Amino acid sequence: MTFSLFFQSIINGLNLGATYALIALGYTMVYGIIRMINFAHGDFIMIGAYTLFYTIPLMVNAGMPAWLAVIAAIVVCAIVGVLVEIFAYRPVRKAGPMSALITALAMSIFLQNLAMVLFGSRPHNVSAIFSLPSVTVAGVTISLNVVLTIVIGLVIMLALQLFVKKTKLGKAMRAVPQDRDASTLAGINVNKIITVTFAIGSALAAVAALMYCTTYPRVTNNMGTTMGMKAFIAAVLGGIGVIPGAMLGGVLIGLIEVFVRLFAPGWYEAVTYGTLIVILLVKPSGILGRNTGEKV
Amino acid sequence: MTKQRKFSYLLNFIGVAVVFAILSALFAFNGFGDSTTYVEGVCTTACYTIVMVASLNLVVGFMGEFSLGHAGFVSVGAYTAAIVSNALAGKGLSDLALLIVAVLAGGIVAGLAGMLVGIPALRLRGDYLAIVTMAFAEIIRVVFCNLEITGGGRTMSGILKLSTFGRTFWIMVVCVTIMFLFVRSRFGRTVQAIREDYIAAEASGINVTFYKVMTFAISSFFAGVGGALYAHYMTAMIPTNFNFNYSAELLSEVIIGGTGSLTGSVIGAAFLSALPELMRQFSTYRMLGYSVVLVLVMLFRPGGIFGHWEFSLTRALKALPTLPQKLSRATAKKPKAAAATAKKKGE
Amino acid sequence: MAEKTTEKKVPILKAQNLGIQFGGLKAVDNFNIEIGESELVGLIGPNGAGKTTVFNLITGVYKPTEGSFYLCGERMNGKKTHQIVHAGIARTFQNIRLFKKMTVLDNVKAAMTEHLTYGLPQAIFRTPKFWKEEAAITQRAMELLDVVHLSGKENLEADNLPYGQQRRLEIARALATDMKLLLLDEPAAGMNPTETEELLEIIDYIRDTFRISVLLIEHDMSLVMKICERIQVLDFGTTIASGTPAEVANNPRVIEAYLGKAAGKKVANDA
Repeated sequence: MTFSLFFQSIINGLNLGATYALIALGYTMVYGIIRMINFAHGDFIMIGAYTLFYTIPLMVNAGMPAWLAVIAAIVVCAIVGVLVEIFAYRPVRKAGPMSALITALAMSIFLQNLAMVLFGSRPHNVSAIFSLPSVTVAGVTISLNVVLTIVIGLVIMLALQLFVKKTKLGKAMRAVPQDRDASTLAGINVNKIITVTFAIGSALAAVAALMYCTTYPRVTNNMGTTMGMKAFIAAVLGGIGVIPGAMLGGVLIGLIEVFVRLFAPGWYEAVTYGTLIVILLVKPSGILGRNTGEKV
Repeated sequence: MTKQRKFSYLLNFIGVAVVFAILSALFAFNGFGDSTTYVEGVCTTACYTIVMVASLNLVVGFMGEFSLGHAGFVSVGAYTAAIVSNALAGKGLSDLALLIVAVLAGGIVAGLAGMLVGIPALRLRGDYLAIVTMAFAEIIRVVFCNLEITGGGRTMSGILKLSTFGRTFWIMVVCVTIMFLFVRSRFGRTVQAIREDYIAAEASGINVTFYKVMTFAISSFFAGVGGALYAHYMTAMIPTNFNFNYSAELLSEVIIGGTGSLTGSVIGAAFLSALPELMRQFSTYRMLGYSVVLVLVMLFRPGGIFGHWEFSLTRALKALPTLPQKLSRATAKKPKAAAATAKKKGE
Repeated sequence: MAEKTTEKKVPILKAQNLGIQFGGLKAVDNFNIEIGESELVGLIGPNGAGKTTVFNLITGVYKPTEGSFYLCGERMNGKKTHQIVHAGIARTFQNIRLFKKMTVLDNVKAAMTEHLTYGLPQAIFRTPKFWKEEAAITQRAMELLDVVHLSGKENLEADNLPYGQQRRLEIARALATDMKLLLLDEPAAGMNPTETEELLEIIDYIRDTFRISVLLIEHDMSLVMKICERIQVLDFGTTIASGTPAEVANNPRVIEAYLGKAAGKKVANDA
């Protein structure tokens, strides 16, 4: 492998990894707070991407930069996330993990098929979001678009980390998973915190949609399934429920995918899923997670 | 006691045979007019879907664990059976014998795959197991996309059309009967105990891992049988047919029908696979409808429509003569009757 | 030689320096016990003393980090829970763990899985062997339900039984494993005096009829004093006393553990 190919791949891996990391954050935050795999989370990206598809032309027509469409996407995704939580997840929250998992699965199927009914199953092409040039450094051509998405991803992750560590709301979000009853006693409105978590997680999915569409400008109704699965793998790899874990996992999965693709293009998905299986069997709590056993 | 038992077996067999006779007669005498062939096809589809859904219910309903990768085992059965029947075609076997050999091969290889996946995966439970089964199914799909013998990611076509309605129906009956007898034996009892409380099961001397892997392998075996029937009905297939959506569809049918009720799986699978076919113009809305029904089921009837209830022809026939009495009593004293039926359900 | 074995029988349960460490914490340390045939030994101690941990060690839920334990002379360390159950140790749980959605009868029958020898083909073809074995364990399960005074309840869902009966069903389920040593984890917890009385009768009856040994964790001191032949007291994971109920009751360290230091000293001075 030449140096330029290697370097190019690192950049591509980081780009993909930053996208996965943002999605993985959504999974991890929700799992951390209500112990539920939100299967519909991947489909929030699809919703974000469709919003971009429809609003970018509007933005461009109005003479505004295309990327401002992401604000619309964030709003739409956050609203959908909150609606899903209130109308589908909240009623079954007490019914046990099985019911929650099925409901989440059902919501994923629902959103995908709703999108198919509304927008058709044909892929749509999203118009260009950023139009930065490519630069050549030491013989390696790098698209500044890609660099920009990596930077956006990093900034968002840092902001989230600050929010969770420093603000009152963020602290409440960390308290609820520790002990829900104690949080209630401490005056935290648990339902509100869960809703806020869904809103933030979904908003991150919208940003992830922007990042994804910058590199791969295609929207389909089922794009969320594979994206979601890989991001979920990233979350588990890093340690589900742990915010830095999601970031680490995302970047690792992105890099693994890009590099395996170089050598065995047909098998890269198998390697990603294989990684998940190995991690779950060897250390189910993930790289940064803590072990919790059942009390007898 | 034994006489009663034999009578009950005979009765159930007659019941099934009557259903088959009615359907075959309808198909033979063009009971549905121009669309007879089409309806026959829908019924065949329903039959193999029943096998797949009932087998998934062994894991989901009776063992209480989630599998999101059932389509993976279905595809193992489908491809194995297709390869076997293609290899044996023209070797002097009758069509029926060829189908049976292919179905058994598909089942056995799928069962082995289930065992191989189950041994590591079943150490996990709940969400994590669900995710791992999904990952395994995806890996199986990628493997089929890359193997030359399965079409290398393109459509594998030219599979013999061996799954006629009659054969599929009877294979389905045999499969469901075996699963029913499995559930009503020490194996089923043990697996249900594990579902209820695996720590207590272990403390009662049950080798939890062994019975879990066994059930998973049996479930995969029948998934493979279903896949084999599918392959020989469709005659062409592509690995992406067996993606996550297919697993999710099968799982929805199990849950809507009733986790822990084979009756629910049979009726659920039959209706849910036939209904959208019969109303073609709405087929786009099928999965949309499924998902809404799923959420409603979770909200109002978390055990599924049939819950743990099993249909018994013997019991139904016994209850038939007393039905008018019961109805009149029910109208006379409603609350008490309601309590009585509630008690019956508990049994 | 023959004389020696009759004189000093191999104990049913023997634990030598048994211990377990979680991280830096020694939950149980240097635990020794010997239980003879049809002996009833009580294990008491304040909350968090490590009593249930001892049960979890002996049943293979936790793997001991030190020492070893023997059932009838056979070393049991490192065996899996179900293997230990087959060897002859069965237990009940402090917080009842029944197969809730199964019938009372099936709860007991589930614990007899390993007594059955029919295989998958025999189950599917419903051979005479299948019917014979199923009938046999059904009958046996009914007998055991009778022992714990649950006759007539066999077709109820276990979840629908009242609390006291659920505890007794757990005992029947443990008996179904054909064990030599029964571990009861607070069997009388939450029972009213009548129910406790009934439970004591059942425990007595079981010991007499099945000739099994019992190790019992209990908070209700009067109960322990009444039925146990020997008592071992745990505090902070270590044994602080053992002996007959009378000896233990007057042991200053025991009183100290239960009532605090001052009380312990007072008793010591009085003695």
